[in-house]
Amino acid sequence: MKGFSVIVVCLLTLAVLSFISTGIGRYPVSPGTLLTWALTGKCTDDNLPVILFNIRLPRLAGAMAAGGALAMSGAAYQGMFRNPMVSPDILGVSSGAGFGAALAILFSLPVAGIQVCSFVGGITAVMIAVSISKTIGRSHDPVLVLVLSGIIISSLFGALLSMLKYVADPDDKLPAITYWLMGSLANIRMNDLSVILPVLLAGSIPLMMVSWRLNVLSFGEDEARSLGVHTGWMRALVIVCSTLVTACIISYSGIIGWVGLIVPHLARFAAGPNHRLLLPTSFLFGAIFMLVVDTIARSVVSVEIPIGIITAILGAPFFIWFLKRSSQKSW
Amino acid sequence: MVTERTISLELKNADLGYGGRVVLRDVNLTIESGEIVCLLGPNGVGKTTLFKTILGFIKPMTGSIAIDETDITSFSLKDFARLVAYVPQNHHSPFPYKVRDVVLFGRTVHLGLFASPGAKDRKIADSFLELLEIRHLAERSFTELSGGERQMVIIARALTQEARFIILDEPTSNLDYGNQVRVIRKIRELRNHAVGILMSTHLPDHAFMIASKVVVMDHGLLYRCGKPEITLTPETLKKIYGVDVQVFDTPYSGSCTRKVCAPVISL
Repeated sequence: MKGFSVIVVCLLTLAVLSFISTGIGRYPVSPGTLLTWALTGKCTDDNLPVILFNIRLPRLAGAMAAGGALAMSGAAYQGMFRNPMVSPDILGVSSGAGFGAALAILFSLPVAGIQVCSFVGGITAVMIAVSISKTIGRSHDPVLVLVLSGIIISSLFGALLSMLKYVADPDDKLPAITYWLMGSLANIRMNDLSVILPVLLAGSIPLMMVSWRLNVLSFGEDEARSLGVHTGWMRALVIVCSTLVTACIISYSGIIGWVGLIVPHLARFAAGPNHRLLLPTSFLFGAIFMLVVDTIARSVVSVEIPIGIITAILGAPFFIWFLKRSSQKSW
Repeated sequence: MVTERTISLELKNADLGYGGRVVLRDVNLTIESGEIVCLLGPNGVGKTTLFKTILGFIKPMTGSIAIDETDITSFSLKDFARLVAYVPQNHHSPFPYKVRDVVLFGRTVHLGLFASPGAKDRKIADSFLELLEIRHLAERSFTELSGGERQMVIIARALTQEARFIILDEPTSNLDYGNQVRVIRKIRELRNHAVGILMSTHLPDHAFMIASKVVVMDHGLLYRCGKPEITLTPETLKKIYGVDVQVFDTPYSGSCTRKVCAPVISL
């Protein structure tokens, strides 16, 4: 019952925040106008539906999808890697995506081209990391080898990205790459959602379905196997689903750090460690977190603040607090 | 459960090892459901290799391992986990799962791929928490428990798995004296549940207390095997551990006596 109430509170919070956030922006809409429009479909301002449908609501949905997906992948990864300090980019998806996007920007590809390249880059990096871990072999702990392979690949793609930045035209290409890497949800439109949401569902549903087994996995390779869980298959499923979702989100939003690392901790704090409840709670917490952060990003000052900057500024002190707390008590 | 027919886990002429290196040669061993077998031997003699092989983590180099006359390689992971449960020596969980959830993890093997435990599973888990007298810990988090409590929880998890054999890797290591005795007593009670138990230990006394059969390992061989009272002689103990040990009967107290070991300290 506790679990049920956590979910309900999250959904209500999300609903209220979405309503508030819809009204905030460069074109403010009063709650009364918004409510009248939402309930009756009538409004005196002809611009309102256009702004809401074309700009604000897609962005709102995009923020929730991005935050939810990153946080849920983070929670799944932390469970699978048996380590509460990993995040969805541990296998190199972010640096691969960054490299792909930078390459596309360097060759002046259109927005869709940047998205495709970053998606492919993210997936490729993870595939290379996984295949390295396979060639290193069976005599090591498979989880440790995966993490190390991920670190190698992240660092490699980081270097390649630096190389692209170094040769990029400093007047237009370099700033474009830099801004992309800082992350933004400003360009999400209705038709983007028709790609993001199906991918999100395709990645999230399998994770939710195996969430019970994810618990067992966190006891380690031998124990999980002796409890009848196919560890290899489970790892493959978690990696494929998380990578798919994360790469898809990053390809639209650019790199958004910290969410996948810290939000699962907050969720675990509220819902407990059982992944059956933790995964949906992480998703909702992530959605709430990103909705708030994105609203700050687009409304606090007259220019848009890159979203990755805000997540880092909020994330770093939280993480310090968290580490201090966890040194006194197990999380 | 008590009425289930006796089945046996049998290793025949098996050479065990990994990476091309033989650790244990020509292993012949039978464990029947309902009996407790104790495994004794110095460190590094290959107890872990034997366990890992029985659990199917490594394959025997030659020979066979069969349960109820079916080779274990022909079981699926899931079918095998319904037959053999494992209580490892160290319990690490990075996350503070509730004790009841940890015990429920034992039900995983009885669930569909995408399912999670229901009321019936909870009832089974609770009954084993009750059996091990740790029902009061059900809502506590596993990571906060003491070593002895954790050991009991993991044994409860193995029972909840409802396997026919349970392999325990030094279940009393790292426990204080009282908890060692408590764990040993509980393991003895499990005989009534028609499970076959194979446990390794460093204390020959454990074999005298609960084992129907003791297996003594030495230099890559199962050196002796049989009833503890007959097998664990001062000579055998001297041979495998290299120290002098006296073995004698406890003073008569009520219904039964038991043999005990006392190492010789001043020569």
